[in-house]
Amino acid sequence: MLVTYIEAIRQAMDEEMDRDKNVVLLGEDVGLLGGAFKVSAGLLDKYGPDRVVDMPISESLIIGSGVGLAVQGMRPILEMQFIDFISCGFDQIVNSAATLRYRHGGQTACPIVIRGPSGGGVHGGLYHSQNPEAWFFHVPGLKIVAPSTAYDAKGLMKAAVRDDDPVIYFENKFLYRRIKEEIPPEEFVVPIGKAALRKEGGDLSVITYGSPVHAVMKAARDMAKEVDIEVIDLRTLLPLDMNAIRASVRKTGKALIVHEARQTGGIGAEIAARIAQECFEDLDGPVMRLGAREAHTPFAPAMEDYVLPNQEKIIEAIRTLAAY
Amino acid sequence: MTEQKDRELYYWLRLIREFEDRISAMDKQGKLMGGVYSGKGQEAVTVGFCHDLRWDDWIFPLHRDLGAFLVKGADPRRLMAQIFGKRDGFAKGKDSYLHGGDLGNGIFGATSMLAATLPVAAGMAFKFKIRKEDRVAIAFFGEGASSRGDVHEAMNFAGVHKLPVVFVCENNFYAYSTPNELQFGVDNVADRAAGYGFKGEVVNGNDLHAVMATARKAIDRARKGEGPTLVECKTYRYHGHSEHDRADYRTEEEVITWESRDPMILWEVYLEKKKYDVEAIRNETAERVRKAVDDAVAFAEGSPAPEGPEAMEDLYAMPIDTEAR
Ligand SMILES: Cc1ncc(C[n+]2csc(CCOP(=O)(O)OP(=O)(O)O)c2C)c(N)n1
Ligand SMILES: [Mg+2]
Repeated sequence: MLVTYIEAIRQAMDEEMDRDKNVVLLGEDVGLLGGAFKVSAGLLDKYGPDRVVDMPISESLIIGSGVGLAVQGMRPILEMQFIDFISCGFDQIVNSAATLRYRHGGQTACPIVIRGPSGGGVHGGLYHSQNPEAWFFHVPGLKIVAPSTAYDAKGLMKAAVRDDDPVIYFENKFLYRRIKEEIPPEEFVVPIGKAALRKEGGDLSVITYGSPVHAVMKAARDMAKEVDIEVIDLRTLLPLDMNAIRASVRKTGKALIVHEARQTGGIGAEIAARIAQECFEDLDGPVMRLGAREAHTPFAPAMEDYVLPNQEKIIEAIRTLAAY
Repeated sequence: MTEQKDRELYYWLRLIREFEDRISAMDKQGKLMGGVYSGKGQEAVTVGFCHDLRWDDWIFPLHRDLGAFLVKGADPRRLMAQIFGKRDGFAKGKDSYLHGGDLGNGIFGATSMLAATLPVAAGMAFKFKIRKEDRVAIAFFGEGASSRGDVHEAMNFAGVHKLPVVFVCENNFYAYSTPNELQFGVDNVADRAAGYGFKGEVVNGNDLHAVMATARKAIDRARKGEGPTLVECKTYRYHGHSEHDRADYRTEEEVITWESRDPMILWEVYLEKKKYDVEAIRNETAERVRKAVDDAVAFAEGSPAPEGPEAMEDLYAMPIDTEAR
């Protein structure tokens, strides 16, 4: 079955709603409109307004009410129209959802999925380009996933819905309709917490996730004669699959972490620290990172390109590291 | 009102309309990047609230209120450059549309986060109050945005301190696809004012006379230290939420009904009643606004696109030691 990344998400939500009547979808314009990006097209007709709910404009409400539903055994999928608006629901995520189980001494679970389009490269400007995963990476009790392929988009959505903990699911809107892939027609789930080895290589490990996976893969192919690159697609950011990361770095002795989110304080910082500590003896070069520069993601194309990582910057970083 | 003012108001309605139409056309031609949120149909609200403001009053426009920018004194050429994401825009290309304000003219740039401007407007009004300045802040928000906590929090504070702020809800009956009945359980957003201890008023937002009369009362009240007002303007956007939205969630009939209440046509009817030479006014105004918009577009097209490293400018007011970082 040939599907786009966005269709894979739609299918996963549809199939999970079909499988389990406790799964509901809450968000702005998710019903009548089928979502700003049409990711929930047809779901209102199929499941009705009690399960596909057009919510008033309040992310705090969408997430907070999701927690209430979850305590009652429902499994809400909570859409942020753009993931940038997740900041408007911050308190409900970090204080309400993430501590729910902990502060009740394990009496309840919090099976919610918060999802929405993230990422730049589409001239979305300051509030339609964000990659805020690091804000949540700092919060115990949350899980974070960020698929880069249609297969993972579908499989991770299923895993997220079935997971008993709050999962933030970062969709990449740049990939929504840009990638199309053959996926199996039969049911599959991609487990949370498992990275994917996208390409084996012996010289250098690139650890990445989200849309840069595709740029890194292209760089790996283009540079094949120069350097033998191994590519790890994290898929899940919290918890990190340190086994996969360690195994790769122990083999290659060199690690570059690439993400579109800001480099400073990004997820790459944690990974770099863990590698430095846990793979010290195996390293043949500094652990390197490539993320966005120290600015917001601006609108004008040249500035956006300057701030965000791209193919060129990835190649340059790989060359620098390979030279050690 | 004098004939001169009647004509001037007509000019503003038409200038905004021309601006909106041109932007939509350029978007269709693929000349613009990013989202375009047309306020066509809602011109009487922004003209009505902004026209008689003083230069040192402040406005907080919502995402469709480019008209408010124009009437409050923003240079049309810079506004167009802003929409093009060029260096001469208010944000110098760091964002487009109305996310960059023109602070020198008392125009605050909003984020995308709906109604996040309302607490800011309340804070500014608090300063006007404690420094005993007879200035006002006008905060626009959509009826959809009224669901956000920021709206409640700002109004509550404004009520406590009787701040010189006017909250203007532009109720165009839809928030993207979401109709009023899925947004709130009251008939009018303005009904909520009672809960904050100030007055709420509902007005026909397509009738410039009605908007101006209500605006004047609310602004006077604020200036005299009598506190905030919540004004709800019932209006309609002709276009979809953004230019990509076909707006299938509403009927053609509904659009036609609202087109028959067009703010510009209503104003022309009024001009006719006053026995002005409307034909001549129409032609002359059409020519003026066309020229103004041509000029703005030419300027925006000629404005340089920012270069990559400019992305690092305007982050901090105080220089930081990049080496030390
Ligand atoms: C906090 C937040 N959530 C979601 C959005 C996405 N969004 C942009 S405009 C809009 C609808 C706004 O409706 P309304 O407030 O009625 O203003 P209108 O567009 O009708 O003028 C939505 C949901 C946003 N900008 N901010
Ligand atoms: Mg509206």
